[in-house]
Amino acid sequence: MTSTLNGITLKGSAELVANFFSFGINSILYQRGIYPPETFSRITQYDMNLQLTTDPKLKNYLTKVVSQLKEWLFECTVQKFVLVITCLETNEVLERWQFDIDCDKSAKESSAPREKSIKIIQDEIRSVMRQITATVTFLPLLETPCAFDLLVYTDKDLLVPDKWEASGPQIIDQSEEVRLRSFATSIHKVNSMVAYKRTDSV
Amino acid sequence: MPAGNGRFLNKPITGALTGILNRVSSSSRNSNFRKKRERNNRVCCRKVNVSFKRLCENLDKMAQFGFENDIHSILKLDMPITNAPMARWQRKASSSNASALNGLSPGKSANVSLSTTKTPSKTPGKNKKQTPSKMGGDRFIPTRNSKQMDVASFLLTKENETVDTNEQNATSENQKAMSMSLNGYNIEEAKILHLGGKPLNAPEGYQNNLKVLYSQGATPASVKKTRHISSTPDRILDAPELRNDFYLNLLDWSSCNVLAVALHNCVYLLDASQGEITLLMKLEREEDYICSLSWTKEGSYLAIGTSDCQTQLWDVYNQKHLRSMASHTSRVVSLSWNDHVLSSGSRSGHIHHHDVRVANHHIATLTGHSQEVCGLQWSPDGRYLASGGNDNMVYVWPRVQDGPANQAVHCWSEHQGAVKALAWCPWQPNILASGGGTSDRHIRIWNVNSGSCISSLDTQSQISSLVFAPNYKELVSAHGYAHNNVVIWKYPSLTRVAELNGHEDRVLSLILSPDFSTVATVAGDETIRMWKSFELDPIKKKAKERLAKSTSGVIHQSIR
Repeated sequence: MTSTLNGITLKGSAELVANFFSFGINSILYQRGIYPPETFSRITQYDMNLQLTTDPKLKNYLTKVVSQLKEWLFECTVQKFVLVITCLETNEVLERWQFDIDCDKSAKESSAPREKSIKIIQDEIRSVMRQITATVTFLPLLETPCAFDLLVYTDKDLLVPDKWEASGPQIIDQSEEVRLRSFATSIHKVNSMVAYKRTDSV
Repeated sequence: MPAGNGRFLNKPITGALTGILNRVSSSSRNSNFRKKRERNNRVCCRKVNVSFKRLCENLDKMAQFGFENDIHSILKLDMPITNAPMARWQRKASSSNASALNGLSPGKSANVSLSTTKTPSKTPGKNKKQTPSKMGGDRFIPTRNSKQMDVASFLLTKENETVDTNEQNATSENQKAMSMSLNGYNIEEAKILHLGGKPLNAPEGYQNNLKVLYSQGATPASVKKTRHISSTPDRILDAPELRNDFYLNLLDWSSCNVLAVALHNCVYLLDASQGEITLLMKLEREEDYICSLSWTKEGSYLAIGTSDCQTQLWDVYNQKHLRSMASHTSRVVSLSWNDHVLSSGSRSGHIHHHDVRVANHHIATLTGHSQEVCGLQWSPDGRYLASGGNDNMVYVWPRVQDGPANQAVHCWSEHQGAVKALAWCPWQPNILASGGGTSDRHIRIWNVNSGSCISSLDTQSQISSLVFAPNYKELVSAHGYAHNNVVIWKYPSLTRVAELNGHEDRVLSLILSPDFSTVATVAGDETIRMWKSFELDPIKKKAKERLAKSTSGVIHQSIR
């Protein structure tokens, strides 16, 4: 943890948020059954048991995205981070997990570490992770094979790195939205919400 | 065909019609159709109707089957009409939609309506094309759902708008708000990126089976359609003079498909396959009455318990009374066979074992109950005898042993009412189901090996009888106060499958037919109803018949 005991630096904050995203994405992939549960292994993080994928291609992909995200978080140029779940055959968007990132732009690399206890941040992260797991109770089951995609909303004038392409927002039409908890390091604030396709039945 | 919606039908029909009818050699009506072809498309439907009729008559006469096929395909009006032009009201609606969306021209109405309105299948298509000769064009129509048509058109047309300096601020705010709502973000200030490359999908053929984990109850894949269980009985028989006494067991169905019922002091046999009813016997004294009936496993002998403390044994085939066994001090209300041993329970609370082959039939006594032993059942493997009494106790006794005292293996007092309903599970060994009377109303499932109660279910009515139905693995319960019905429960989940209502008074006894497809119930309303609720599919039936073994009994040789 690259942060002092009580203070959070920009770098530390970026790392915290990026880690959260990494575990969060893994958790969502596991809970929603996008990948077979056998390909996940259990690890302990944030004082709770989380699932992390062991599939090498997936791991590689996620690492690339998260490390790029960390950079952007450090530069405070990222606005949202979205996980989109689409039906494999029809390319219809079924679920959309959106994490809004509020970055305090006044914090710079050299500024003094802000006061916020790591423990509190971890508690907040843990409650968000728990909520993600709990969403399975109301999210409609994904009956068809699904694919997922990760989208990053960045500032307009950002230099697009290699391999990254432009994409549409992939909004669900007729969606139900549920806001989840948010957590904040003293520099970044992350709001979470999930949107899913309204099912006609019930 | 509704006249008002003529536009839905005319173009393809008349177009095709004219094509066909041009081939028709002679008809005075040809001229009508030719005129129609030249006329405008808004033809009244009624005329088309009448023309159809005449056309069909012509076809019949001419018997040119190729035409028939074409006509039939046209007459099938259940396909969406794609060729007719959009109705005026629809054009207006879509153009007003377009104007609501910033900057989109009416010409692009097609794509707007695609994304914003739910298009019912019957509305005419939005593409203006020539009438093809057959329904369903053969052009490539691309799907544009994944492309951001709204974003694209907004961006395209944004530059064409006249910029009024006074209103610029207002419109730009409008635009901003619009783009926010359209896209979920402000295009001016952010862009969306994703990591390109090959899509990362789960391994081929992996199907999310979380439904197994997370869904309760029925999911489309897992639910088996419950069979149709008729709510009315297959047969209703009159049973006059039936004694409406909860503790008696007056119904039994033999393995030869003969139903025996005791009406007061007579025993009638109903051949369930033929429908014949015969009177087997009648007690001599008017004041006596029959208390219980039990067929042997082979169905050739019937044991009858009477109110004068006797147990009679009858050879049914010869209609001959074989013997009377007296050993009880009060009426014999329950009987159960275990090969050559007949167990009888009486009002005294005692259970006697009789070896019917020997003269000294009374071989053992089981004491435990303090009141009437109304429920008595040997397990299918013959290892245990379950007895239930008016003292709310359930006892499980081991197989007859030599020796003076027989100790009960289990003694359960959980029921709060008289336990008359007892049933052993035929497909799972050592499982006993018991049902309590009016003050208890619970079905309890016991494991005889461990002695524990596996589950308990409140049925809200007095339970007079329980039977396991192996065809669909169900438990059937007969109820008295207050529902007077028969309930079918799924075993082991004990979820209610069906209710068989019809009896007007408490159901006293319930018995399963030898082929397991029907249950017969007798009630205080003096009727016997047969419910064919467990009919198997013919395929399954054949499979079962192949597996069935015939059980032969040795008893018919040994009884004298």
